[in-house]
Amino acid sequence: MAIARFVVRRVLTGLVVLWLVSSAAFFLFFARPVATVAHQLAGRAATPQVINLVIKNLGLNQPILVQYWHFLDHLVHGNLGYSFYTQQPVTTVLKQDLPPTASLVVGGMVLWLVAGLAVGIISATRARSLFDRFSALTVLIGISLPTFVIGELLLLVVFVPLNQHGFHWIQDQWVSPSAGIIPWAGHLILPWITLAAVQAAVYTRLTRGQLLDVLGEDYMRMARAKGLSERRVIFRHGVRAALTPVVSQLGVDVGQFLGGVIVVETVFGLNGIGEASVQAIDSDNLPVIIGFVVLAAIFVVVANIIVDLVYALLDPRVRIA
Amino acid sequence: MSIVQIEAAAQAAEAAPEQAIEGRSQWQLTWRRLSHDKVAVASLIVIVIMIALAIAAPAFAALTGHPADTAYPNTGENAAGLPVGPGTHGFWLGTDGTGRDLLVRIFYGARISLFVGIITTAIAAVAGVTIGMIAGYFGGLIDTVLSRFVDAVLAFPYVVLALALAVVLGPSLPVIVGVIAFFSWAGIARIVRGQTLSIKEKEYIEAARSLGAGPFRIMFVHILPNLLAPVLVLSTLYIPQAIIFESTLSYLGLGIQPPTASWGNILGDAQSFYQQAWWYVVFPAGALLITTLAFNLLGDGIRDAMDPRTERIFAASRARKRARRKARAGQGGNLPAASAPGEA
Repeated sequence: MAIARFVVRRVLTGLVVLWLVSSAAFFLFFARPVATVAHQLAGRAATPQVINLVIKNLGLNQPILVQYWHFLDHLVHGNLGYSFYTQQPVTTVLKQDLPPTASLVVGGMVLWLVAGLAVGIISATRARSLFDRFSALTVLIGISLPTFVIGELLLLVVFVPLNQHGFHWIQDQWVSPSAGIIPWAGHLILPWITLAAVQAAVYTRLTRGQLLDVLGEDYMRMARAKGLSERRVIFRHGVRAALTPVVSQLGVDVGQFLGGVIVVETVFGLNGIGEASVQAIDSDNLPVIIGFVVLAAIFVVVANIIVDLVYALLDPRVRIA
Repeated sequence: MSIVQIEAAAQAAEAAPEQAIEGRSQWQLTWRRLSHDKVAVASLIVIVIMIALAIAAPAFAALTGHPADTAYPNTGENAAGLPVGPGTHGFWLGTDGTGRDLLVRIFYGARISLFVGIITTAIAAVAGVTIGMIAGYFGGLIDTVLSRFVDAVLAFPYVVLALALAVVLGPSLPVIVGVIAFFSWAGIARIVRGQTLSIKEKEYIEAARSLGAGPFRIMFVHILPNLLAPVLVLSTLYIPQAIIFESTLSYLGLGIQPPTASWGNILGDAQSFYQQAWWYVVFPAGALLITTLAFNLLGDGIRDAMDPRTERIFAASRARKRARRKARAGQGGNLPAASAPGEA
């Protein structure tokens, strides 16, 4: 019961967040002069009549609050408006660009968490070992490089030599999983690594630090003293306690993770939502940008609800209320 | 040992206790520990060299005879119109996609990157400290509103909004500095708020209040000095983040606009040439990595130097490991389940 009430309340606050975020995006873009937008759409040689026609067709001549009302009305009904250029519904545009982005996000998140936690745990339990030092160095390099540079370097040192030596399994671009799992994974392996690298580095460091702190606690000595196996001590008593701050950090980082998606899609030419939104930003395609922002916000809100639930599962002191 | 030496040693021994009693401030202690940290000192030297190279960028342009924005279609590009490699025709690090001197452009790019990194961090630190301190000190509704705002800024996919802002406001250096600062202060504010919450319960704050100090006097005179240490560490670690942020915006074409060089837009252009010109990717990426790595290592060094706990944790884990090894040797192969060979 408590869980149901918690979820309902979080969904409601999530809706408020969505409303705020989408409104912010809406007004932000309408801060641009209408004529600039219409001019870009109509082309360089457009006459004033054409520009006025464009403004009228797009409904940009209505008072901003009226437009806002239409926007909200459509939003509630799951309609994100129509692309300024192709007149396609934004939901269609997003849907057709979703497969690469979804593949990228899911694979990247799995790699991020598995690599981050595993390396962090091993480093902490073997502090100052060769493995720890090596991973600390890798983590530092990962934190110090922008995502797109990691992508470019992977293309340079992995993709190019492999392809020159007739090894064509690893590729850039995007293929659908219907072409087979192996080609799909082969095209996504470099993007996954690129996307996960920075976040995995941060989480390795976080996990290691937290676990090291926990390992120094008295209850760890107690667990050893009562004769538990080392594995049980580390995982049951150490990792579980160490993970709570790590999990609470997750909710914050999911948003930043999505920022990485845009960059990775651009580096590897994946034709996903992130790349589409960069193009939309370049061409003032307002409805598509707002659609992306709303989608990103939904993802962040849902991820945060899940994170809070996991947090409560991990830490018995947290009561869901 | 001659008598003179013995006398000198005796004098030194006499002088020593007095020196030991002399109080050292936390900053002096930190500086002492930091100056013994080879990695941190090396990082500091690297940062100083980078700043010097950035300042001296016009000198390098004069030295090589290649201004940053001048293209050399004849010497700077090969017959296929591709960049030439390092060392050809007096281009020490080769040329870029339009036949400009890569070395000179990297040094000019260092100016932008270091400027953006340091300025945005300074703005973010001032804003973050002020807001975090106000939220932590006043508490109640002010705290709730400010903290939710901080959470919102932290949780939002900021690259998206930063891109949008850069488009709406038009990409220029002040806009980029503003956008990066706007997305950087929140992390500092959150930490400062937490620190303020604990500091404001201290007795000396109560003493100040009982002497009639107002909230702003308490915050800026009594709390702020105690926040400087964590803020210094955070700021050092935020500079590389700001540099990375700027390069990402420029990479996506929404940051520093060509022909002005920035590491981000150099690497953005390089992407079309990575199959033919490795130097075009490797050198700017290397410059970026060296700089951000140096700031990160320095920040870690300062944090370790300020935190006396760091050494104790490792001392404890070393002691435990020694004890375990001894126990293992004694028991003869009766290993605990999770200890793998790597531990020994």
